[in-house]
Amino acid sequence: MTQPALAVHGLSKRFGSLVVAQAIELDLARGARTGLIGPNGAGKTTLVNLLTGTLRADAGTIMLDGRPIDALTPEARVRRGIVRTHQINTLLDETTVCDNVAIAVAERDGIAWRLLRFARRWRACIDEARSRLAELGIAHAVERRVSELPYGEQRLLEIAIALALRPRVLLLDEPAAGVPSLEAHAIHAALDRLPGDISVLMIEHDMDLVFRFAREIVVLAQGRVLARGSPAEIAADRQVRAVYLGRSAS
Amino acid sequence: MTALSESGLRRLWHGLPWALALLVYFTGGGYLGLGTHALVMILFALSLDLALGQAGIITMGHAAFFGIGAYAAGIFASHLSADPLLGLAAATLAASLFGLLSGAFILHTAGVTLMMLTLAVSALLAEFANQAHGLTGGDDGLQLGRMAPLLGLFGFDLWGKTAYLYALAVLFLWSLAAWRIMRSPFGRSLDGIRQNPRRMRAIGTPVWRRLVVAYGLSAAMAGSAGALEAQTTRSVGLGALSVLTSGTVLVMLVLGGTRRSYGAFLGATVYVVVQDFAAEIDPFRWMFVIGLLLMAVVLIFENGLTGLGDAARRALAGLPRRSGRP
Ligand SMILES: Nc1ncnc2c1ncn2[C@@H]1O[C@H](COP(=O)(O)OP(=O)(O)OP(=O)(O)O)[C@@H](O)[C@H]1O
Ligand SMILES: [Mg+2]
Repeated sequence: MTQPALAVHGLSKRFGSLVVAQAIELDLARGARTGLIGPNGAGKTTLVNLLTGTLRADAGTIMLDGRPIDALTPEARVRRGIVRTHQINTLLDETTVCDNVAIAVAERDGIAWRLLRFARRWRACIDEARSRLAELGIAHAVERRVSELPYGEQRLLEIAIALALRPRVLLLDEPAAGVPSLEAHAIHAALDRLPGDISVLMIEHDMDLVFRFAREIVVLAQGRVLARGSPAEIAADRQVRAVYLGRSAS
Repeated sequence: MTALSESGLRRLWHGLPWALALLVYFTGGGYLGLGTHALVMILFALSLDLALGQAGIITMGHAAFFGIGAYAAGIFASHLSADPLLGLAAATLAASLFGLLSGAFILHTAGVTLMMLTLAVSALLAEFANQAHGLTGGDDGLQLGRMAPLLGLFGFDLWGKTAYLYALAVLFLWSLAAWRIMRSPFGRSLDGIRQNPRRMRAIGTPVWRRLVVAYGLSAAMAGSAGALEAQTTRSVGLGALSVLTSGTVLVMLVLGGTRRSYGAFLGATVYVVVQDFAAEIDPFRWMFVIGLLLMAVVLIFENGLTGLGDAARRALAGLPRRSGRP
């Protein structure tokens, strides 16, 4: 068997007496499309925070391409290719859409330390940003400030920035959350067109979207992996239906 | 309007403040000393604009760097050399090293905690300067001897002409550097950190390291300003390090507008001029005038006095005021 892109063993985390991650095991193969579902407060976002290093785990290890990354800072993990989007838009609101992406490109290429002789390199960042935004269908908005953008396009921008970092592992935290159905199709299209070699873990409450997108589904409840399997297996799992699907899919 | 004439217009606009500064040189007469002080404070406010305006480092202790620059220039002139440029370089370096060092310790924090720490650092420094009588002259401050001629050519005259041009030249060079920095990828990432550090961490920005470097640069500029003040007035006192000085430069910047090409210029100039006029009329209540002015500007305009220009342009174009205020 080939080595998974991301492998998680025994990952645990508690906030005081609240256990939010308990001995979590998780593998993402290269090119994986894995859905992570579970009720509110199950610990899904916490898991993403543990993977990106924004939270320190109490126990367990995270391996990227077979090498442990537990000691790495969040920014070092980004540089290794672990990239996330946020459940709640986390953007530079006063900056233009284009610059939001260009700043990420500059950071990726190590240009962000440049104080001198940057004009040509920065223009290249802008060009890449524009073409990436055009691919996602928001070319019309590149010069607008993020705060003037409709919510759905802000969600797309979260994805555009993440993709600009050339991720190996992409962690999507509810990419379509709160988007009115009229605008949702653009996000669905973006998800369908994610580069095939990226390993994707997608948290989502919209079951239609999860079952359409994911080839494997992991169910989290109270910080534990409750079940995992193909969408068909999960849909048929009685325990899962009891804690989760029964309530939201009815 | 064609693109050419628009860029030409912009160049003209950018030349205007410097042309005015030269006009003051030729017509200022007895006001050259005040003019030099204004140039120094513009540079100081510009340094704050990099740290606070651009990078969002909430500081109430920027006088620490101004003061270090002033004292370093004073001590350098007394003990090592009367050459102004060497003194300026030494002062700039000293302030920037202190900025990097103190920044490394305090820039892990943000918001009110950070503000308290900047205040504490500058208060400690002021008390140290007060105690270290042998080095700083304590309460009495330092008197600088006569500066050697600038570049060995231009002697410092009684009317402050050389001093004025010296300050103007240093301000000009730092302004070019500051504008370049603010538009560079580095500067843009600072602006990103100010807006949303979480976003910047998510794209892999080493936030702390970048802030420390920005703080060091800002401290270098403030140190240059302090050195100019010491060299052109030929004295340094504890006031250079005081919390009041930190507050004053903050008021200047807010008055003029943050992150604007000429915000620091406008704010510092207006402050210095208003202070001078008001103090002449009533030496005890000039702060009252400054306070009223600040309130009026902050309440009416979006971003200081430079916000006035924006408002006018929007009104002319028939656009509504930008929202974003409650
Ligand atoms: N920093 C924190 N300190 C203390 N408790 C926290 C912290 N972050 C999250 N929690 C708690 O941990 C639990 C898991 O939170 P988490 O955000 O991971 O849930 P989630 O599965 O993403 O939920 P949702 O579907 O609502 O987004 C919740 O009970 C939450 O209140
Ligand atoms: Mg969540």
